[in-house]
Amino acid sequence: MQFVHTIAAAAATNSTWAPQTLAQRAADSAPHSLWLTAGYFLLAVVGVAALLSFLGMALIYIERKIAAHFQCRLGPTRVGPFGLFQTLADTLKLVFKEDFVPPKADRSLHMLAPFLALLVPVVLLALIPYSPNVQVADLNIGILFITAIGGFGVMGILIAGWSSNNKWSMIGAMRAGAQIISYELSATLALLVVVLFSGTMSLTGIVLSQQDGWWIWRGHAAGFVAFLIYVVASTAELNRTPFDIPEGESELTAGFHTEYSGLRFAFFFLAEFINMFTVSALTATLFLGGWMPFHVGDWAGFNAAMDTIPPGIWFLTKTSMVIFVIMWFRWTFPRLRVDQLMHLEWKVLLPLGFANLFVAAVVVLTELYPYPLAK
Amino acid sequence: MTVHVRTLDELLHAPLEADSELTTQEYLVNMGPQHPIAHGSLRVVVRLDGETVKEVIPVPGYVHRGVEKMCEHLNYRQVIPYTDRLDYLSAIMNNWAVAKTVETAAGIETSDRIEVIRTIMAELQRLQSHALWWGVTGMDLGAYTAFLYGFREREIIGEIFEETIGARLTMNYIQPGGLMYDIKPDFAAKVKKLLPYLQDCVEQYETLLSGNVIFQERLRNVGIVDGARAVALGCTGPVVRASGVPLDLRATEPYGAYGKVQFNVVVGSIGDCWDRYYVRLEEMRESIRIIQQLIDGIPEGPYSTIRYNVELTLPEGIHYGQVETARGAFGVLIASDGKQEIPYRLHFRSPNFNNLWVVTAISPGWRIADFISIQSSLDLVIPDIDR
Repeated sequence: MQFVHTIAAAAATNSTWAPQTLAQRAADSAPHSLWLTAGYFLLAVVGVAALLSFLGMALIYIERKIAAHFQCRLGPTRVGPFGLFQTLADTLKLVFKEDFVPPKADRSLHMLAPFLALLVPVVLLALIPYSPNVQVADLNIGILFITAIGGFGVMGILIAGWSSNNKWSMIGAMRAGAQIISYELSATLALLVVVLFSGTMSLTGIVLSQQDGWWIWRGHAAGFVAFLIYVVASTAELNRTPFDIPEGESELTAGFHTEYSGLRFAFFFLAEFINMFTVSALTATLFLGGWMPFHVGDWAGFNAAMDTIPPGIWFLTKTSMVIFVIMWFRWTFPRLRVDQLMHLEWKVLLPLGFANLFVAAVVVLTELYPYPLAK
Repeated sequence: MTVHVRTLDELLHAPLEADSELTTQEYLVNMGPQHPIAHGSLRVVVRLDGETVKEVIPVPGYVHRGVEKMCEHLNYRQVIPYTDRLDYLSAIMNNWAVAKTVETAAGIETSDRIEVIRTIMAELQRLQSHALWWGVTGMDLGAYTAFLYGFREREIIGEIFEETIGARLTMNYIQPGGLMYDIKPDFAAKVKKLLPYLQDCVEQYETLLSGNVIFQERLRNVGIVDGARAVALGCTGPVVRASGVPLDLRATEPYGAYGKVQFNVVVGSIGDCWDRYYVRLEEMRESIRIIQQLIDGIPEGPYSTIRYNVELTLPEGIHYGQVETARGAFGVLIASDGKQEIPYRLHFRSPNFNNLWVVTAISPGWRIADFISIQSSLDLVIPDIDR
């Protein structure tokens, strides 16, 4: 009930958001009751785990349905109402499959790789501000942390490709390594634009800084360009079409996960979907205001009306939209060639990102925002 | 003059040289027989230097069934079902090649009705084949949605075939002297209703893939075969036409009802993957045009001029006949001893076998992804290569 009251109060008073993270609550309650602290800790762990499994199920189902409707078919309809349990059935099937490791593979690394791949999105799940009061931890170096951890994701793929002892896997992993590391530069440059605008690296701080307007349009063209660069670069980091050359089904059979089956394959699959969610959530948080309702400068009435919609709903709507766009890419575009992919990054996105960062710096220095920050 | 023929063993065990100062070396990978690009079971051994293709060694034969040898024990009517299983996407046109050869050799007359129905069926099948190819090309280049769009049209045309013929893939329809079955009374009406829909579909194909910048980047100026080289390699069909050679048996030696209809022979300009792509799309439009001109005036009459159980013996000698299938010239060579009702020797000249060698000739120097584009643009059907 506390939660509902906070939101209601926030909505009523307009623009007095008092975000509180689970980590903060745990720290606050530590002097009074260690049990409560442990409870918050447990809540965080269970919450992230529950979110992980829910997202896995939901996103796979949604992707299948969206793909189906793009392709003039219906998608899953048989298992459960509207085929809702299809993912569950598929997961069960994967669970019961043999956990096969190729005889010539590096056994320990082969078994470790899927967990490394899944680790990254899970850590990032804990950082995303879903709503003022729903966030596990808010780091003051949030963006830096996300970039660092996000870059770690390529390790899982590289190890998977190398340990499989298969030429296809190896080519896939090398492609993934080149691709992810290249596109990380552009993605980071785009993130830096938002850091410049908001003057903070904390994700909640960034959300709060968008109270008078989201950075996608408040930062002039720089915000919008950064948004575009980030969406493109993060799609590339996700290894999804049109940047799915590490898997490149028609070229490399299945790329880095050619030799994986059963639950370990499912882990890569799950990692891709959770990654998609975290990337979309970050895009929403950084450029589209996160849980912040749609506010326009000093239109008090309009802003109050927008505030009546709970922040969680705002966050979900924005994130879902970005997810939909990323899925839309996948079911529309063909795949790029390796050199075209590198050309796009090093000769187009990266120079554009640098120029954009410069423009953003000018905008911030001259305070040329369409609407001034509420001080 | 001595010619050294390199055996497969030599090709596969040639030294793996490095092409740079780095301590790298070339490596061989098997694309197929189990590989998404194999589209069946073509084995292609590719020698790679990093991402660059150095050499392509096709190893056909995984679907070799000895069809030509089997045909030496079959009478001409029994040969027909075997042709279905070569290029299964041009089953009716393959039937036609045998029927045409036998008819010419034995002097069997057919009627206008038979020829018109044959032409309509062949063009429907060309549409079906090109629709499937379009989808598969999309899938090969990573656009999976295209695959299902292609299959959608294939199913709709397949229903018409199923209704008339009773089969959807191996149709066994055109027989020496006529057709296997007559068309249904509402056949013309159904096909007429289908044509505007197919026209829309071709436009849809254009919107979905042709205009896409990634798709064009992947195909334009990739895998260029000039006209002289295409002819030297023995290419036929859309592959040779894309290189600017107007070789279309429907126009150069009209058979069936092709002499009576207006249609353009679609040719490309430079012979890259994009030309091969676009020639096929334009051919779909031309096929629709051909059917439109014929569908209104299907003459009345019997659907076969000879009885099924008539004994067919060809005069002694070598008889050759060819038709233009969806992939090029499909020829049948029959050597008859003039005594038996079975061929003494029978050979199929299949378009895919010759088109395949384009891969070997032009792939070196391109990337793995370009190799996929090239192979996809050739529209290979593997059983037709292996026979």
